[in-house]
Amino acid sequence: MRDTFIAELVRQAELDERIFLITPDIGFSVLEKFKDRFPDRFLNVGIAEQNAVGVAAGLALSGKIVYVYSIVPFVTMRCFEQVRVDLAYMNTNVRMVGVGAGFSYGPAGATHHSIEDIAIMRCLPNMTVCCPGDPIEVKSIISQSVSHEGPMYIRLGKNREPEIHSQDAALTIGRAAKVVEGRDVCIFTTSNMLELGYKWTQELATRGVSSSLISMHTMKPFDSQSVLEMIKLGIPIVTLEEHNVIGGLASAVSEVIAESGMSVKFKKIGIPDVFSHVVGDHEFVRNKIILNGDKIQELMDWL
Amino acid sequence: MITNNIRKSILHMVHYSKSSHVGTCLSIVDILYVLYFEKLNIDPQQPLMSNRDKFILSKGHGGAALYATLAERGFFSKGYLNQYYVNNGILPGHLDMEAVPGIETSAGSLGHGLSIGVGMAVANRQSGDSGEIFVLLGDGECNEGSVWEAVMLASTLQLANLTVIIDYNKLQSFGWTNEVIDQSNMADRWRSFGWETYEVDGHNLDEIRDVFNIKQTKPKAVIAHSIKGKGVSFMENKLEWHYKSPNDDELRIAYDELGGIL
Repeated sequence: MRDTFIAELVRQAELDERIFLITPDIGFSVLEKFKDRFPDRFLNVGIAEQNAVGVAAGLALSGKIVYVYSIVPFVTMRCFEQVRVDLAYMNTNVRMVGVGAGFSYGPAGATHHSIEDIAIMRCLPNMTVCCPGDPIEVKSIISQSVSHEGPMYIRLGKNREPEIHSQDAALTIGRAAKVVEGRDVCIFTTSNMLELGYKWTQELATRGVSSSLISMHTMKPFDSQSVLEMIKLGIPIVTLEEHNVIGGLASAVSEVIAESGMSVKFKKIGIPDVFSHVVGDHEFVRNKIILNGDKIQELMDWL
Repeated sequence: MITNNIRKSILHMVHYSKSSHVGTCLSIVDILYVLYFEKLNIDPQQPLMSNRDKFILSKGHGGAALYATLAERGFFSKGYLNQYYVNNGILPGHLDMEAVPGIETSAGSLGHGLSIGVGMAVANRQSGDSGEIFVLLGDGECNEGSVWEAVMLASTLQLANLTVIIDYNKLQSFGWTNEVIDQSNMADRWRSFGWETYEVDGHNLDEIRDVFNIKQTKPKAVIAHSIKGKGVSFMENKLEWHYKSPNDDELRIAYDELGGIL
């Protein structure tokens, strides 16, 4: 997703000279493609995230469209109050782009994991929260972000994720993307869990279970209608996310279910409100903390 | 005198709304006057005019002073000043840029304004916009680490279209600024970070005027030695006026000292 992001941003910057890129000294070997092409629209502000966000706001208030790139916890939490006041309250056209969704930086340790970012960004008025699940979604969201009004948080995975959508998939910010159509269960994923969700639909199919797969690449505004459709059809709902089960996809879907006045089977799969002290790569930490056993069998038993 | 009118408007606002921060507002009036009536290239009829100079009040708790100055300068009706800090009002205690024309940034949390000003200065330089950027910080505000992140970047980028004014009134929430965090070498600090640094009497209009007119090749820092509560004898240098609002009698005395009723 990282390379797709920068390639698409460079493409957009060719078309729109208002686009600016700021980094608090993160993105070596990634951002050079932009920096070399548009040196007067690139700024490394040093290791100073609060300043990065404030400077971005100042540029945006001057008519620029500003992307701030760093690792998720640093571009969201270190500078959260700047994000709240300078971006959300002042409604500025800044896009915070965080790399390293969930446990992407597995062995680096919990300081580099992002497990609360969706929750804190989702509750800010004016903020749009996008969590693309594959390179196709990244490309589409970055392309749409140029003309988007107001601040955005864009949560990227890492790099070289497989494409799940077809190249010509029609994706719109704020609208859920149905990837697979089924009738026995519906799996909602967000961000970097799209690939696993897709694998699950295939495995479930081999066991005679027909599942839908919906990618919530936009967590805010949240496409409640996509959840309501499943509730009305009485189809059991599963949420799958690499984020705390508090405040992310599980919460957003639960809120829709709770207000619907209807009942539906619901299961949430995500990070069970713990910091990881597990040492290992992305997949290893994910397996230990989230999946922890045979989830497919668990789903079959639950259904 | 326009500065007296601004001071009286501030006193009126904090009096009827029974709100805080009158001392901090009174300390910056002379700086705001020189900026809005002499220095800034602005047009109250076209508050979003391109190539305009921009002023950021980073110490957002001085909001009443900026509202009073903008009204005096004609950005909006002085009647709006009766709608401060009250139910169904127009002007919140801390700045809301959506409230009235002429306010460049919302503010209220300290340590934000200089970063935003740096961003505006970068944008203007990159776009060939001749507008200059002025940011007013409190001395207590300089406790915030984020201020120094912006200070370092501005001098690295040699932003010659950026001026900071530090309202050095030497009082903050709990007492004397230099007893809370010692910054008695305030000017040396800014100079050592690579800023063109000057010290002026923050209530001497000539000195303020002159320092703004000095040509700069780097970001400029103006340490304005000021008096919290300036202009009202019983408020000057008194910490309690960071919190209190004047009662009817105190308001009358204050008006008298400033040349009579509003």
